[in-house]
Amino acid sequence: MAHSATLPAEQYNYDIVKKFAIMSVVWGLVGMGVGLYIALELAFPLLNLDVPAITFGRFRPVHTTLVIFGFGGNALFATSYYVVQRTCQAPLANPLLAGFTFWGWQAGVGLGIITYMMGITQSREYAEFEWPLDIAITLVWVCYLWIYVQTLRRRNQPHIYVANWFYLAFILATAILHVFNNLAVPVSLTKSYSLFSGVQDAMTQWWYGHNAVGFFLTAAFLGMMYYFVPKQAGRPIYSYRLSIIHFWALIFLYMWAGGHHLHWTSLPDWVSTLSATFSILLLLPSWGGMINGIMTLSGAWDKLRSDPILLFLIVSLSFYGMSTFEGPLMSLKSVNALSHYTDWTIGHVHSGALGWVALMTFGSFYHLIPRLYNTRIYDQKLIYVHFWLATIGIVLYITAMWVAGIGQGLMLRGFDEYGNLAYTFIETVEFLHTPYVWRAIGGACFLAGYLVMVYNIAMTIITARREEAAIEAKLAAKLART
Amino acid sequence: MRHENIEVNSGLMILLILTVISIGGLVEVVPLFYLNDTIEKVDGVRPYTPLELRGRDIYVREGCYLCHSQQIRPFRDEWLRYGHYSLAAESQYDHPFQWGSKRTGPDLARVGKKYSNEWHVQHLVAPRSVVPQSIMPNYPWLLERDLDFSDITERLKALRKTGVPYSLTEEEYKANVAAYGKEMADWLDINQAQDSLFAQARNDYDGLPNRITEMEALVAYLQVLGTMVDFSQYDEGYFVEFR
Repeated sequence: MAHSATLPAEQYNYDIVKKFAIMSVVWGLVGMGVGLYIALELAFPLLNLDVPAITFGRFRPVHTTLVIFGFGGNALFATSYYVVQRTCQAPLANPLLAGFTFWGWQAGVGLGIITYMMGITQSREYAEFEWPLDIAITLVWVCYLWIYVQTLRRRNQPHIYVANWFYLAFILATAILHVFNNLAVPVSLTKSYSLFSGVQDAMTQWWYGHNAVGFFLTAAFLGMMYYFVPKQAGRPIYSYRLSIIHFWALIFLYMWAGGHHLHWTSLPDWVSTLSATFSILLLLPSWGGMINGIMTLSGAWDKLRSDPILLFLIVSLSFYGMSTFEGPLMSLKSVNALSHYTDWTIGHVHSGALGWVALMTFGSFYHLIPRLYNTRIYDQKLIYVHFWLATIGIVLYITAMWVAGIGQGLMLRGFDEYGNLAYTFIETVEFLHTPYVWRAIGGACFLAGYLVMVYNIAMTIITARREEAAIEAKLAAKLART
Repeated sequence: MRHENIEVNSGLMILLILTVISIGGLVEVVPLFYLNDTIEKVDGVRPYTPLELRGRDIYVREGCYLCHSQQIRPFRDEWLRYGHYSLAAESQYDHPFQWGSKRTGPDLARVGKKYSNEWHVQHLVAPRSVVPQSIMPNYPWLLERDLDFSDITERLKALRKTGVPYSLTEEEYKANVAAYGKEMADWLDINQAQDSLFAQARNDYDGLPNRITEMEALVAYLQVLGTMVDFSQYDEGYFVEFR
């Protein structure tokens, strides 16, 4: 990246980046805490406590919303506002409107989880917000797009850097997906009925659902990767040509893949087959991104020994490669017949969400936050502690879910020698108890690592403020003397 | 065109991204609204009665879909466990669909009439009192809370706007009589919504004859799931034609 004529840091709007980054850390903490709690509810149902607001059915959307839109969404706002300014060498357009996107997004997430606990929901996975919140979110999103494009247009660089292509595709795709998936006829402020029904409704929802993964949790985080990996490694992106090819292929192919969530259902076979085909093709651009990211380190592999931030980024890319291999595998109809409806899906999602999304975010934040506050990270060793807790947690989590999912899938299709079902459904539920406990242990491990990061970041910010205050005091004293 | 031309022009880049991401949805989703074979032609499927609909709303409110699917796949084990595979026609009035994506509990697409009302009430209040190994939460409040049916008319009207054949006009009512018979047409008439809700509640799904609780509605809904199509009328080959 050509950063020869960088603007002085004061000209960039870092204030908005700081706010989003801090809220990402805060919502992530709550969201993962809720995740651990609902994992324990499945292992020990007593924990539902007969309190409606925290029963699994109402609490699970709280978890998904907080981690996807609270943690992930705020991280994307923070990094995209940072990256677009740095790579365009231009200050963020319209700071007032940017402030609105901040408060609007926090209000959306906050009100969302409160309404879910009250039982107000559209029952569309990862789009449970009722219609007034949907409209508010749309408004915030349009402002986000406006700010982003206006900043791009003010760039002092002829080229739009590759990270911005991905962020831009994510913003545009999310807008389209959000609008069409949430079309509904309102009954009151708190209740609406989806405009579509049955098979069309299901396909619309999973067209949305899969591309929430594809654009919100993949394309956008690839944008993050394309800035922070080369920056942290101090090397240019491995292949410019590869980034062009895999960008266009990725955003084209993802939109076809949603139907694989509906294999063997009442969805017509032609959609199902088409979706599976495109899901398999999707392996290529996904690995294109992984290769481009990991190979950026070629010639500088030794840095992995001394730089824990690079460890986060590279292991994140490895999990990305792993889960984008697992995904096409699970989209094969014969594999899906076993895996669908089981915990294998949950494990797959978490190898992507914890392994790819969260580790990429952690690595980027460890790079970003000291720069925002013009200081160094408080304790480098704690980054290693976080890294190992997180990695061990993820491995425990996904292994437990493989055992649970494949085990239950095999039990459910087991027959005895007379051709009768070998197991009742409830026998498979009993079997799940042990993997559920291990999953909770894995999740707790990951959360423990997260707490280490919260401490490290909080101390970094506090120290930076103290240093700044000290310098200002010195300056004031000097001025008073003269 | 050289890629460089796109990289220096944000407007062109936006245009191309929008084109590229629209194609998948246009090819896969849009035709489902127009192709006639998408939904099987089958007798018996009708909209939910007002009481069943309120039960369905509670099913949605409590997030039941997060652990129970309503979609049986065409496999031998699912046939033995749950019954005939689900038809697209069976969820054609489901706004939104409740197919689910995870079976932490069993599929419910054909749970209707498999258990008694008493079993359902007991099971919902305290699942482990009937299935000791169950990990389902208790739902005691369903029996404590009276059903709010004050806005039942608005709910039916909203669904009518989406295309569900609840009748508001005389003409629509007559069409429903022709399609479902007089008794059912009355239950699907928006003008008589509250009366029909009371009438159906006389079946006493919740075991509390003097009250209409949320449990009443939910059990009424569960008991109709998967019972609308009489599969003995059709041979297997018939449904396959639509797939």
